[in-house]
Amino acid sequence: MKIRLDHVVKTFDTFRAVRDVSLEIESGELVALLGPSGSGKTTILRMVAGLEFADGGHIYFGDQDATDIPVRDRGVGFVFQHYALFPHMTVQENIAFGMKVSKVKREKSAIAARVDDLLRLVQLEGLGDRFPAQISGGQRQRVALARALAVDPKVLLLDEPFGALDAAVRRDLRRWLREIHDELGITTLFVTHDQEEALDLADRVVILNQGQVVQQGTPEQVCREPGSAFVTRFLGDTNRISAEVRGGVAYADGAAIAADGVANGAAEVYARPGDLAWSETGPGIAASVTRVLDRPGGRRVIAITTTGEHLEFDVEPELAVRAGQQGFVTLRRAQVFAAG
Amino acid sequence: MSAVQSSRRKPPRVGDNPIFRRLMIGIVLILGALLVLAPLIVIGFEAFSEGWRVYASTLADPDTRHAIFLTVVTALIAVPINTIFGVAAAWAITKFDFPGRRLLLVVIEIPFSISPIVAGVAYLFVYGLQGFFGPLFEAYDIKVLFALPGIVLASMFVTAPFVARELIPLMQAQGRDLEEAATSLGASGWRTFFSVTLPNIKWALLYGVVLCNARVMGEFGAVSVVSGNIRGQTNTLPLHIELLYHDYQAAGAFASASILAVIAVITIIAKVALERQGAGRVRRPALSTPAIPAAEPKP
Repeated sequence: MKIRLDHVVKTFDTFRAVRDVSLEIESGELVALLGPSGSGKTTILRMVAGLEFADGGHIYFGDQDATDIPVRDRGVGFVFQHYALFPHMTVQENIAFGMKVSKVKREKSAIAARVDDLLRLVQLEGLGDRFPAQISGGQRQRVALARALAVDPKVLLLDEPFGALDAAVRRDLRRWLREIHDELGITTLFVTHDQEEALDLADRVVILNQGQVVQQGTPEQVCREPGSAFVTRFLGDTNRISAEVRGGVAYADGAAIAADGVANGAAEVYARPGDLAWSETGPGIAASVTRVLDRPGGRRVIAITTTGEHLEFDVEPELAVRAGQQGFVTLRRAQVFAAG
Repeated sequence: MSAVQSSRRKPPRVGDNPIFRRLMIGIVLILGALLVLAPLIVIGFEAFSEGWRVYASTLADPDTRHAIFLTVVTALIAVPINTIFGVAAAWAITKFDFPGRRLLLVVIEIPFSISPIVAGVAYLFVYGLQGFFGPLFEAYDIKVLFALPGIVLASMFVTAPFVARELIPLMQAQGRDLEEAATSLGASGWRTFFSVTLPNIKWALLYGVVLCNARVMGEFGAVSVVSGNIRGQTNTLPLHIELLYHDYQAAGAFASASILAVIAVITIIAKVALERQGAGRVRRPALSTPAIPAAEPKP
């Protein structure tokens, strides 16, 4: 089912959580709403679910205006960050709940069969008689997903689905959720503040800041062509170097970077740690090493330029570099934005 | 080896000085015995001081039986109503946002901080013949004061906060996720309440009901003002005890008091049993500072 948000606005007391957001999610698409806390992403998700109501604008499910349809009748599956499993019901009863309370009457045997199917889908066969307190966090989240899927929702909505889990479990569940999505083809919208999660999982990423969409596109598009300094910073570790643009070229202290289409004047150059290179002889930005952090895959060097800017970059594990050493940093790749 | 180990002295914990420890425990035990245990034992002794027969005959006295009957009827009316009120109030305060939410929380707590006798007197002024509603009720020949309705109303006022206070901290801690999940799965409001909310608050609810019941049955001050103390008609058990005592019927007074004491002991046992089930363990908000955080916007 295609979802369309049309100039949606939401204000809490005096806080403008969502400001004029328009968005389209194609049928069968897996879309991530990515943004820092307070960016309005959860509010948007809750409005799509019907758990919050928009102060302005419309939300369409297909051609139907769903703006005022209550959550109970909206036919969405919602997965909560902290699972919200019913603690007094077994895993089976949790999954069956939606079918039992449905206006559509089902045979008991039909419900039981569907619960078994779903348990198999989320790979929890044999745990149906356990209570939520007796299973792990990752298992609980899978039960929550099975429970949401049990009512055959038109749309699946997930609020920070992996936020409360540890890193290894998160990575597994992420891959697994992608597989389930590909298998069921259900339109899915999920909220996260973790860029890696959004980029790993989603067909399309919508980046939000202060209640507005700042950029949307495939992971490739947003990574390769970030539209603003905010997006660049938010998507991952980056170095910021002050520069000045004159005639389409950004000049930093010891480096010149192509800056097509950036207006003349003060600018910021952003470069990822992997896009900087270190050499003991010039040319480049003069810097001195302040610390070296050793990691399994390489060495992270922290250096300070003569103008007092901190730079972080990765070098080969074999490279002999130590604190106090002088040298030069060159930029292999960078993005330039007018200083704002 | 063992000699070395046993001779090694453990450093004392803070405040773990033997003299200090014995002193504190001693004080608590003596005060507890004097203040709490002694009166209970005296009740038992005095009730049976003139033998089992006198005890039984006191309890068989029609006035005493009527007092017991009236107390039970009052509890049967007041406790269920206050239970419904408490659940509704706790639900409203913890699950909805509405203007005046904090005010409602404070209002619910008022009976805790007001002397019951003040409540009784206030009822006199509201429902009495010179009061606001008195003439109206008089016109329709409805007796509120010096009758069962007045007793029930006064009891309900005094015990109004009991159930709500047990539920509010618990329901606050549980948040709205479960109800939202149930609704998003298609459950109606009633279904959500009975299938999801109620099972998760049942022990705290029962705990509140037990405390509420104990207080209704034992309430003296407010009821004594509005009941008029008519023997055999509007005397509840606590009022009856006082009457008997003033009539120099000590054995009768203590016999009746023993009934309330037994109720108290049963209440305590029920309370401990319920606490084992996890009820009443949630920290309560202080009386004056309601622990409701400002409605924060969900980002």
